[in-house]
Amino acid sequence: MATLASSTAMPVEREPTDWSSTRMQRRIARRYAAERNFRFLGLAALGLAASFLVFLLFTIVRDGWTGFLNTEVRVAVTYEPAILGLDAGRIAATADPAARRAAFRQADFAGLMLAASEQLGDFDSVVSEGAWLALRDRLEADPALLGQTEQVWVPVRSTIDLLNKGKFDLEAPEISRGVSDRDIRAWQALEAQGKLRTGFNGIFLSTADSTVPELAGIWGAALGSLLTLLVTIAVSFPVGVGAAIWLEEFAPRNRWTDIIEVSINNLAAVPSIIFGLLGLAVFLNVFGMPRSAPLVGGLTLALMTLPVIVISTRVAIKSVPPSIRDAALGIGASPIQVVFQHVVPLALPGILTGTIIGIARALGETAPLLLIGMRAFVVDTPQGFTQPATVLPVQVFLWSDDVARGFIEKTSAAIMVLMMILIAMNSVAIYLRNKFERRW
Amino acid sequence: MNTNNAPPPVGSNQPPKMTARGVNVFYGAKQAIKNVSLDVRADEVTAFIGPSGCGKSTFLRCFNRMNDTVDSARVEGEIKLDETDIYAASMDVVQLRARVGMVFQKPNPFPKSIYENIAYGPRIHGLAANKTDMDGIVEGSLRRAGLWEEVKDRLGESGTAMSGGQQQRLCIARAIAVDPEVILMDEPCSALDPIATARIEELIDDLRGKYAIIIVTHNMQQAARVSQKTAFFHLGTMVEYGDTSTIFTNPSEGRTKDYITGRYG
Ligand SMILES: Nc1ncnc2c1ncn2[C@@H]1O[C@H](COP(=O)(O)OP(=O)(O)OP(=O)(O)O)[C@@H](O)[C@H]1O
Ligand SMILES: [Mg+2]
Repeated sequence: MATLASSTAMPVEREPTDWSSTRMQRRIARRYAAERNFRFLGLAALGLAASFLVFLLFTIVRDGWTGFLNTEVRVAVTYEPAILGLDAGRIAATADPAARRAAFRQADFAGLMLAASEQLGDFDSVVSEGAWLALRDRLEADPALLGQTEQVWVPVRSTIDLLNKGKFDLEAPEISRGVSDRDIRAWQALEAQGKLRTGFNGIFLSTADSTVPELAGIWGAALGSLLTLLVTIAVSFPVGVGAAIWLEEFAPRNRWTDIIEVSINNLAAVPSIIFGLLGLAVFLNVFGMPRSAPLVGGLTLALMTLPVIVISTRVAIKSVPPSIRDAALGIGASPIQVVFQHVVPLALPGILTGTIIGIARALGETAPLLLIGMRAFVVDTPQGFTQPATVLPVQVFLWSDDVARGFIEKTSAAIMVLMMILIAMNSVAIYLRNKFERRW
Repeated sequence: MNTNNAPPPVGSNQPPKMTARGVNVFYGAKQAIKNVSLDVRADEVTAFIGPSGCGKSTFLRCFNRMNDTVDSARVEGEIKLDETDIYAASMDVVQLRARVGMVFQKPNPFPKSIYENIAYGPRIHGLAANKTDMDGIVEGSLRRAGLWEEVKDRLGESGTAMSGGQQQRLCIARAIAVDPEVILMDEPCSALDPIATARIEELIDDLRGKYAIIIVTHNMQQAARVSQKTAFFHLGTMVEYGDTSTIFTNPSEGRTKDYITGRYG
């Protein structure tokens, strides 16, 4: 008995607890008060955070929603072959659309636009300097118009656009209001003649950057972001998940793996601009890849995203209950089978959530991309992974830096597009997590 | 060895299914099992009893090398399955675990359908030639585990959506499905109510003779009811081993007697 008996000494006798004593009452009251105070503090913090968010969203939407609209002016255009420098007969005879397009590229549509805007009288500076592009598109679509006259809606200059949207304080003296009396008179006259209309801004959503606000678009940057992210996902997801699985399931526990682990955790906290410097040094200088290209941007962002994916994948793998591992091992599954048939499928929601959050962060990243040259002014939408491109956040940065007043609303509108994409990505993350989530 | 072709007679002159000789297990520097030797016979149920922390689970997990998964664990000594050393370098652990199945303390079905839970083992070991074969294995295993009647209409439902007792029987069926020779059970009833426990005990009784069974239990009545041999462990040593009836009625060691009669534990 003595060998086995554990110490079961009787506890010391105590007075029975008096729950109704004043000391106890005060203690209980203090506990409730602490709880109330904490709840109040929590609510206050939440309210503050929410009001910041609402304020931010409100100002962006207030400034930005007009960016999705533009003002157009109606002009009567006669597609005069003489002004264009085109031979009407030859054009009609050309059956090959490519040859016809080549001819139109040579033609002087800018001169045609100038001639057409003269009919606006005194207000010839109303039409956007890039408006002739619309005329060329019209004629390319329908060459039979050559020699004909038609009414065309063309975009107006940014100042008139802003006047029409009520962005100027007309009561202020001319010197401080940012718009000349002449422009105001032009706008008022055209408005009175019913020659202006406001509509959905197709240009903004379909073109790339421009020096003039009324012709600048977000599509080039959006496409650049897409190409860049494709590279980022293609590199960082397989590499990150693979590294995490190896570290978590197969790596021996020794000094080297400890060092790797610490390094990865530290990498996740490294400022993103450092990754930009790394990308500049490695991809551009050592490997000689093209500047400003989505390929390089994607690789740089992949470096930045990798630690995030590795860490979140390891957490997801760790959270798979060990009993599942035991169950599989216990009926003779090999380590590879345990990992890929049981652990990874169960960890998938966590892995996907972590990856999408990492990718979303990459989508909003600006600093490292500036260093590898993605801040270049790019007027063409990128056609491939090695062509110069910009991305949405860099576009926001470039526009917010521009002196032209018309870019203010473009900046906010671009932020709205960026945030919409981010919200969409996060919704996908939540959806995937709920879809694959399993309970045991 | 038998020289005639007759099957070996059932009884104590049949060679043991598994033998352990001089087994020591260490967790790091700490020794959890000290020099334990024991035979497990194919036609018997062997029970491991002893106070908490005495090393029953540790010793049990030596028989299918589940201790390999614990980084700090180190096993010394010799454990044989049918005369082959399972700790030999040539031993294929994956095949060993197919031959020596295990049922855990907490029911741990895969978060998959009931059918998939059973079919997974036969599939990875290539035991079924086609779907009909597999259906047969699944049904046979569930029948053996006494679960078929309850689940035959919902084989597609999740294995985790069953009651605890059903889940544990599912785990037993899953172990049976790979047709093992030995089944290790680590406190299979500790999470179950008395009715579910009684069903599992019946099941163990049915399985006896077909599989060699080792069961760890804290329940003295259970050990007395289901086992033919009992081993009593204390502080990492095997204090006493013998016929269950002898251990429970006439133990030779005082510590065994104290434990069984409830004066300790
Ligand atoms: N993974 C481990 N690492 C270190 N020590 C361990 C580990 N697992 C068990 N031990 C130790 O080994 C000893 C035996 O543990 P074991 O789990 O085998 O006991 P047990 O007899 O099964 O107890 P119980 O009846 O409570 O399940 C205990 O002292 C325990 O602390
Ligand atoms: Mg145990």
